[in-house]
Amino acid sequence: MLIKADDLAGLPVGDCIQHGVQWIALNLRPFFLLIKWPVERLLNFNDSVLHAIPFPLMLLLMFLLAWRLASLGVAAFALVGLIVIAMLGVWDQAITTLSLIATAIVFCAVIGIPIGIWCARSERVWRIVRPVLDIMQTTPTFVYLVPVVMLFGVGTVPGEVAVVITAMPPLIRFTHLGIRMVDHEIVEAGLAFGADKRQLLWEVQLPLAIPTILGGLNQTVLTAMVMSVVIAMIGAEGLGLVVLQGLGRLDVGQAAIGGIAIVLLAMMLDRITQKLAQSKGGTRSALLPVLARFIRGGRMSRSVAADTAHDAEKAL
Amino acid sequence: MTERLKIEHLYKVFTDKPERALAMLNAGKNKSEVQETLGQVVGLDDVSLSVPSGSMYMIMGLSGSGKSTLARCINRLNEPSAGKILLDDEDICTLDEAGLRDVRRNRISMVFQHFALLPNRRVIENVEFGLKLRGMSAGERRKRAEEVLGVVGLARWAYNLPHELSGGMRQRVGLARALATDADILIMDEAFSALDPLIRTEMQDELLRLQRTLSKTILFITHDFQEALKLGSRIAIMSEGRLVREGTPQSIVLEPGSDYVAAFTREVDRGRLFDAGSVMTSLVTILRSPNGIVLGDASGEPGPGFMLDADERILGTVTASEIELARGGAMPRPDTRFTCVPAHTKLVDVASRYRAGGTIGVTDDTGRLIGRLEAGQILAGIGAPGAAGAHHVN
Repeated sequence: MLIKADDLAGLPVGDCIQHGVQWIALNLRPFFLLIKWPVERLLNFNDSVLHAIPFPLMLLLMFLLAWRLASLGVAAFALVGLIVIAMLGVWDQAITTLSLIATAIVFCAVIGIPIGIWCARSERVWRIVRPVLDIMQTTPTFVYLVPVVMLFGVGTVPGEVAVVITAMPPLIRFTHLGIRMVDHEIVEAGLAFGADKRQLLWEVQLPLAIPTILGGLNQTVLTAMVMSVVIAMIGAEGLGLVVLQGLGRLDVGQAAIGGIAIVLLAMMLDRITQKLAQSKGGTRSALLPVLARFIRGGRMSRSVAADTAHDAEKAL
Repeated sequence: MTERLKIEHLYKVFTDKPERALAMLNAGKNKSEVQETLGQVVGLDDVSLSVPSGSMYMIMGLSGSGKSTLARCINRLNEPSAGKILLDDEDICTLDEAGLRDVRRNRISMVFQHFALLPNRRVIENVEFGLKLRGMSAGERRKRAEEVLGVVGLARWAYNLPHELSGGMRQRVGLARALATDADILIMDEAFSALDPLIRTEMQDELLRLQRTLSKTILFITHDFQEALKLGSRIAIMSEGRLVREGTPQSIVLEPGSDYVAAFTREVDRGRLFDAGSVMTSLVTILRSPNGIVLGDASGEPGPGFMLDADERILGTVTASEIELARGGAMPRPDTRFTCVPAHTKLVDVASRYRAGGTIGVTDDTGRLIGRLEAGQILAGIGAPGAAGAHHVN
């Protein structure tokens, strides 16, 4: 008599999506190849350049970079971290992960910042983009892997596409927020002295939004870091693969080595980009929640960036 | 004086579709009635005024009275809903985007309450801001900015960042930025309201000093009636989006015209607003004799007067009866207990010169005696009419 929940299980949602994605994969293949192409080129370029740099030179470069962008302390930490990674024997994989992240930063900046600016200037665009970002940031990251595999295939390059997609939302949000947060009176002053839209953006809004945008960049880097590990599941190389292989073979030692290297790399990138944002009075990033998320296996209910952005918006 | 800026029947309703609100306002409804019926906020309700060239025109009102809305309508930071704003007979409201930009770059500049300086730019770059937007070359605008910084006394601070300056200095930068564009109309929106009282007074004096040489047409928004009196050559008082009183500071204090305005004028320090010339009894020559010249009330009333010698040197005061005797040819004996003050002396300063039983003579700029003041006149001039009990005394 009683209806069981399973009796209702007749909605063919799974089939619909399966067929839909299949159809898209078959018929829109050229389009996805077109998307994949620049990602592949830049990733290969970055990867080969970073791998071509000799180990001592790489140490020196990272040291100088951390010193210039952050502080001497951070630079010393980066130096020690890199040496430890090398001692763990996962240097090559770490460099691959680094090139994944570097590539993601470029794409996120080139696509994300202009979208953020567009959102800040048009309430209508923001009304469309905002729910999309909400969905993107609440979706567990590995859910992206399924459509990515179907549309782009498996391997490092499709993985990079997933990294770019996952890491983009914080930068869009922070760019939008940074421009919206610019003191209303200063914007009025720009208008009162006869700035046109372009001048207002370049002379007033963007320079004052930079600290916030850099805060977003920090979030993007950390999200990219997390995702670059998760995409090992679809065959991407890098530190994630070390962990995944360790788990597959029940080799706890190897998995731990991968984990330690990931934490070190993440802390380095966080400190460097965080100082970058802070030095101009930007927002503080949150490394701990990202790491906690990472330990839980990338399964997160909601991204830290989204939280931070919401908090900042509330503060307005 | 010519009119620089003329505002005719200006309305502002904060909505995209102001037609119904405008119809209600035209039908005589007020701001709160419109808000109640339509839920739309009325900023300006039929404001007309004209600003003479070179004047310091004060727009005064409490918060929500529409004074800032009015100022922002003039350079269209707020888009007026209806009406005309004529700048040298050209209607600003009908300008297209490029025309409006041109007006903002060259004709009207603005000083903001919280300075609105770019925190990431140096002082001199902030001053250059308007010139840069206009497309002036780097060298040229740097030269101009240095010049203007000198005028406001900040040449030494040109390469500092705004946050390294005090509030008063920051507002000098704001003022320099507005002056740099050479716009002849300056909108100052509560420009000194965010400053400490002492700094505010200093900036007011500075503005008065600058205005003497610059002769800009300044629209100064303020909620402070004292400030309006001190700076203004004319004052427009706003309430509920309407213009309730307009005139010179002294005329407004003398005839507030409504309880709302009277509430402000009651607090006014009249001793500092009115001068000896405005309350004195005028004197004219009523007798010339070989003994000297006698000056008496211009109205012809009998009363005390002054006695001068043949060279118009003041000898002293004479009573009404002595004047009568003098008419008969007698030699009056002038009382030498008197003081003289120039006509532009403020009443507070006159009061401090007064000595019991004496009369005060008022002279014009050349030192010629033109009037006299009694203690009662000084007190009446300083006291506020309508203040507690004053009606019942006479």
